[in-house]
Parts: sequence; C-alpha cells; structure tokens
Amino acid sequence: MPRWTRGCPSVRSVNAMMQAIGRFFRSEPFAIAGASIYAAIVLVAVFADRLAPYDPKAMLKNGNRVARYLPMSPEHWFGTTSSGRDVLSQLIWGTRSALTVGLTAALAVVAIGTLLGLLSGYLGGWADRVITWLADIVLGLPFLPFMLVLAALTHPGTGVVIFTVAALLWPNTARVIRAQVLSLRERAWVEAARVTGCSTARIMFVHVLPQVLPLAALYGSVAIGWAILAEASASFLGFGDPDTISWGVMLQDAYANQALSRGAWNWFAPPGAAIMAMVLAGFLISRGSEKLLFPKLAGS
Amino acid sequence: MARHLLGRLGHLVLVLWVVTTLTFVMFRLMPGDPTLNFLSPSFSQETRAALLKGFGLDRSLGEQYLIYLRNLLHGELGQSFLQGKSVVALLAEALPNTIILTLVSLCAAYAFGIVAGAFLAFRRGGVVEAVAIPSALATRAAPEFWLGMLLLAGLAFQTGLFPTGGALSPGAEAGSFGAMLISRDYWWHLILPALTLTLYLQGLPLLLMRATMLEVLNDEFIVMARMKGLSRWSVVMRHAARNALLPVATAFALGLGASVGGNVVVETVFAWPGIGRVLVQAVQSADYPLAQGAFLLIAFVLVVMNTVADLAYAALDPRVSVGAQR
Repeated sequence: MPRWTRGCPSVRSVNAMMQAIGRFFRSEPFAIAGASIYAAIVLVAVFADRLAPYDPKAMLKNGNRVARYLPMSPEHWFGTTSSGRDVLSQLIWGTRSALTVGLTAALAVVAIGTLLGLLSGYLGGWADRVITWLADIVLGLPFLPFMLVLAALTHPGTGVVIFTVAALLWPNTARVIRAQVLSLRERAWVEAARVTGCSTARIMFVHVLPQVLPLAALYGSVAIGWAILAEASASFLGFGDPDTISWGVMLQDAYANQALSRGAWNWFAPPGAAIMAMVLAGFLISRGSEKLLFPKLAGS
Repeated sequence: MARHLLGRLGHLVLVLWVVTTLTFVMFRLMPGDPTLNFLSPSFSQETRAALLKGFGLDRSLGEQYLIYLRNLLHGELGQSFLQGKSVVALLAEALPNTIILTLVSLCAAYAFGIVAGAFLAFRRGGVVEAVAIPSALATRAAPEFWLGMLLLAGLAFQTGLFPTGGALSPGAEAGSFGAMLISRDYWWHLILPALTLTLYLQGLPLLLMRATMLEVLNDEFIVMARMKGLSRWSVVMRHAARNALLPVATAFALGLGASVGGNVVVETVFAWPGIGRVLVQAVQSADYPLAQGAFLLIAFVLVVMNTVADLAYAALDPRVSVGAQR
C-alpha cells in the first residue's frame, strides 16, 4: 500500500484486490469466457506478424493469374479476396487495428465519463447542473450520423471514430459513476477525511476515485465493443481508413466486390464473427461483474 | 405534473436549439470556402444568385446563423445539389420508408423480446438460460450490417427467396406512396431489412424484460398472488409481466428515436430508400444541404423521442415523483 493512502479505509491493498479478482473469475463463467476471448485476441495481435501465413496486402498469384476468389483450402484457410489477398492473414492483422481503436476509444470514454461523473456527483450544485445539461445535449446527437458527417467534413479515418466514441458515449459512464459517487459521498470515511483536513480534490481523487474505478473499468469493457462496432460501420459506409487492415474494411471490401452474390461465405463471415466475438467478450465481462458490483441484482 | 411537462418541454426546446446550432457550426467551420458547400458549381448563374441571397451566404457568419434559424422555423432547408429538388421534398419522400421499417422491426423485436424474456424469467436456470442469454447478447454484439449481409447471401442471392435490395422490383412503378404501401412487392422487399433489424433489436427487450421480471417476482404482491393459490404461469404472465413492462416501454420509445438514425447501415446494405440512406449518399457525394437536412431530422426525432420516453416514464410509473429533481 502506498504511503499516501495510509489510514484511508477506502483504499484496499493490492493483495486484497487481486484476491477479489481471482474470486470473481472463479464464480463467473461468463466473465471467464469474455476474458479468454480478450486474451486470445491480444495474443493474436501481438504475434500477428508471425501467425499470418501471407502478407495481408500482397496480391497472391497462381501461376500468372491473380489468385482471386479462392475457396477454403489448406493453403488458404478462409480463401482469398477479389484482389487475391489471403483472408486469414487479413483477419489476423485486423486484431491490431481492433485493439488499437477499441482500447484508445474506451480509455477516452472512461477517462471523460469518470472525471465528469466524479465532479458532478461529488461537487453537486452548478457543476452537477452543467454536466447533466451537457450529457443531455450529447444524448441528443445521433451517433452514426454524427460520425459520418464529421468524417465527411474533416477527413475519414480512425481518428474521427475514436473522437466520436469519446465525445458521444461518455454520458452513460458519467451517469453511473455520478450515482455511485452520490452514495459514497455520504459515507463515514469521507466525513472522516474531511474532518482530518483533506482537500476536496484529495478526497475526490485519492479516496473516492479508487472506489469507482472497478465500475469505470466495467463500462470501459463495453465501450471497447462500441468502438469496434463504430469503426466497422464507418469503414463499411466508406469512411474508414482504407490503408489499415481492419475487420470493417474487410467487410466493406467483400460487400463491394460481389462476395454476397458469389456466395463467398469464407470471405465475409469470418470478419463479422471476429467483431461479434470481441464485442461479446466485453458484454460477458460486464454482465458477470454486474453481480459483483450490484449485489442487489444477484438474483438475476 | 403540468409543471413537470412544461419543464421538460422547455428543456426539449433548449436541447433542440443547441443541436441545431452545433449542426450549423459543424457545416460552416469545415475547411474550405463554406459557400461552396452550399452552392454547387453546376447551378446556373440565376439559381446561384437566388440561393446566395436566400441563405444569406454573402453575409457575415452571424447573419447567416440568424437566417439559418429563420429558414428552419419555416421548414426551409435548401436545394439538393445532385437531385435538383428541395431538401424538404427529398426527406419527406424518405421518411415514411424509415418509419415503416423502424416500426415494423421494433414491434416485432419487442413482441418477441417481451414474451421470450418473461419465459426466461419463468424458467430460471438450466440449459435454456445457458443458451438463450449468450445468444441474445451475441445478436447485440454482431454488426447490424453483417447480419444483413448473412441474410442477403443466404436468403436472397443463394436461394432467391427474397429480393436483394430496394423497396420495389426493378421496373415496378408505384404511382403514389399509398399505392406503393398496399403493393405486395413493397412488403416483400421490407422482410429482409426488417428481419435484420429485429434480430439486432430483440436482445435489449429480452434481457430487460427478464431482469425486471426477476425483480418484480420478489415483490410482496407476487407472494400474495402465490398464496392465493394461483398457478405459477398465471402469476408470471398476469401479475408480474404487467408490472415489468414499464422499463421495456421506456426502452421502446428510446429505441424508436435511436433507430431512425441507427438504421443508416441496414438501409445501406439493403438499399432501402430511407433517411439513413439519404444521409449516407448525401455525405458520400458531398451534397451538403441534403446531408445537413437529413442530420437535423434524425437528431430532432432522437431528441423528441428522448423527451417522450421521459414523460411516458413519469406518467406510467406512480413511484416516480415528478416534483423531485433527478
């Protein structure tokens, strides 16, 4: 335990936290499934360059002709695209873009949402009113249309996706954190901290913040999923970054190049399944941890 | 109640105004000459002059903003670059298609979700639950347009059971919108996009219904009903389900607002001529007046439905005290 938290009942020791996490995974099969999916994706992303059998951008040749629309085979597990690129290799490289977009956007959402939720819950008064008002306005902006218009008016790419996710999805996190902070604020240890002369900032960031971090992480795991879905939709509508290899770009490529009419399931089914698995992982983790964080709902 | 209503309406107007202003800023502050974004080079000299004057594009940004607000209040959104029609006319053509698609899918999704959710609460634990809950989550996790692609490939391209896109078969000409609505062809084209959206949307009411049912089932009046000797099924469906419907009804109103804008990808996959597709095409072809109009319409529907959901919640649930500050 760091010295500056001594005497504060709100900060658990690292050991106790690890034990709680261990207990949680043992009792929640859903959460284990979700965490395993994440682990697998992270591993694939780290070793993408070794795992991918081909260069994902290389046009493969079959003799003199481009090896286009190949079906599934031992050489190409998921066949090839209309421009002779290996689908499996693209799928493997896609994990990197998915993780980058997902983690960056989720971190941004959680940081903004937690900070604003904490401020509005703990300070109350005008800060609370301003932040609630901001959240109401943000909730009035349609997500996908906003992203499309922004991408069209600036320049398409993952930057716009991450910005939109961060700018429009924080109210959900903020609302939950605010509610939690409202109840934490009345606890005796906060009063004790106040009496011993802790500054407001210190109480908020050293005493209250660690208490709401698990909840914030929970919303983060769901936000990863929304970010990946947002990226996929933007790419599909033609506002992605055409130079990166992402699952969304793969789906757009397949849709635009007759994969559907040719029945090339090997091409368009895997990227969508990969997106689904990754988003589902976030849902499963958050669902499992709901019981941990909201014991009142334990029955459900 | 009346005070609450007035407060909400005032709030609604305020949010609408901010969203409108944000839209104005977004479409004016982009790089390049903003007037070029609203005047296509292909317009004739007279049209250009008329539009320049009508929208005050030759004046300062502040004046342009006031003109923009005044035009909006009069329902004037300008001319589309590419289609040579007024934006309002194009939106009016597309809106019914979006509303029909949204309503049909939402009703199907909520009807299924409510019944299935109640059933899952009734049959708690066991294999049914172990399979049903992850599947419900999975349909929410899948990209909507990918679900659409799977259905298109399987049911339209490979088996030819359903049309591959659009709202009417090629060559079919509907005289009026009413004639189109009663044609079998139109509903035939609606099935796949509606099925895709239904699949995507049913997870929320299902999980919500199940969760609130389980909560309600612990209430005292349920214990009372059981003690009266009513059958378990009757307790669940007639007593618990009614009370569990409230959050689901709120979610329905919110879902209605959100899907008008969220249909963007499904409408694109199936080439369904709704607002979402209008927006995508306008944005892709740099038809800014049309894009701005479509965006405003989608945002307005979202904001209004958010308010409706809020009011409905307060009106339906006697436990929500309207006097209390949220």
